[in-house]
Amino acid sequence: MQRTNPLKITTPTDLDIVITRALDAPRHLVWKAMTSPELIRRWLFLPPGWTMSRCEEDVRVGGSYRWEWAGPDGKVAMAMGGVYREVVEHARLVRTEKFEFGGQPQSGEQVGTLEFIEQRGGTLVKISVAYPSREARDAALASGMEQGMAAGYDKLEAMLASGDVA
Amino acid sequence: MVLDSSPILDRTFHALAHPARRSILRQLSDGECTLSELAAPLRMSFPAASKHVRVLERAKLVRRRVVGRTHICRAQDKPLADANQWLGEYRRNWERNFLRLDALLDQMKAEARDKKTGNPER
Repeated sequence: MQRTNPLKITTPTDLDIVITRALDAPRHLVWKAMTSPELIRRWLFLPPGWTMSRCEEDVRVGGSYRWEWAGPDGKVAMAMGGVYREVVEHARLVRTEKFEFGGQPQSGEQVGTLEFIEQRGGTLVKISVAYPSREARDAALASGMEQGMAAGYDKLEAMLASGDVA
Repeated sequence: MVLDSSPILDRTFHALAHPARRSILRQLSDGECTLSELAAPLRMSFPAASKHVRVLERAKLVRRRVVGRTHICRAQDKPLADANQWLGEYRRNWERNFLRLDALLDQMKAEARDKKTGNPER
């Protein structure tokens, strides 16, 4: 069994969250996996019983993206979208992020920066999200807790149990 | 499910969506205050401030007790104590995202190799 690269999460100021994680793949593949709708669907968080009902990406400056999730009842319950501000292929993405819960948009928006850094044959991914206020950032951290509780057990474990690991 | 079973999150979002309520929370982070003390810097009437405190109470961010005619407010410790737990679940969700990315990238690398060596698609 291959050793898993460690994930690092820091909150360098009251307003941001920074996640870093090394991936054992070249930058162009990591970029592709994180920017192509059909590939995003294969790794992005999804509670059991949910579907990603929409995943659209227009990765160019001024282009927008939109992700929607539908619950077991088929209704869209959560969405995230925004606009790309900076696109440097295979290296750097800056985009705005706005969440919606049950059709109710978040009051502000945050700015997410994705950096793809070449290292030892692999890629270090750095995701920095800058929130408009400390409260908004803490609410984002809280939503992680809510999702974790709601999911019960995660998709990956289910996949491993069923042997369905592509 | 995230939404439907997350009234707490909804209330938290709503409670934090107003600058006056964020200001009240900041003031309370230094310790207990009476409602009048909270209302003064906001240049608000007692009933208006009371209404904001009620929203914060519903989100369990503030607790209020009434002593005679004085309303004493304090920030609830629990949301702060939950902060570490929040970070924990947030981390687990991202760890799972990256584990799926690992698997996806392994497959993409294998496909790229097959293409190069001319192996048929699997």
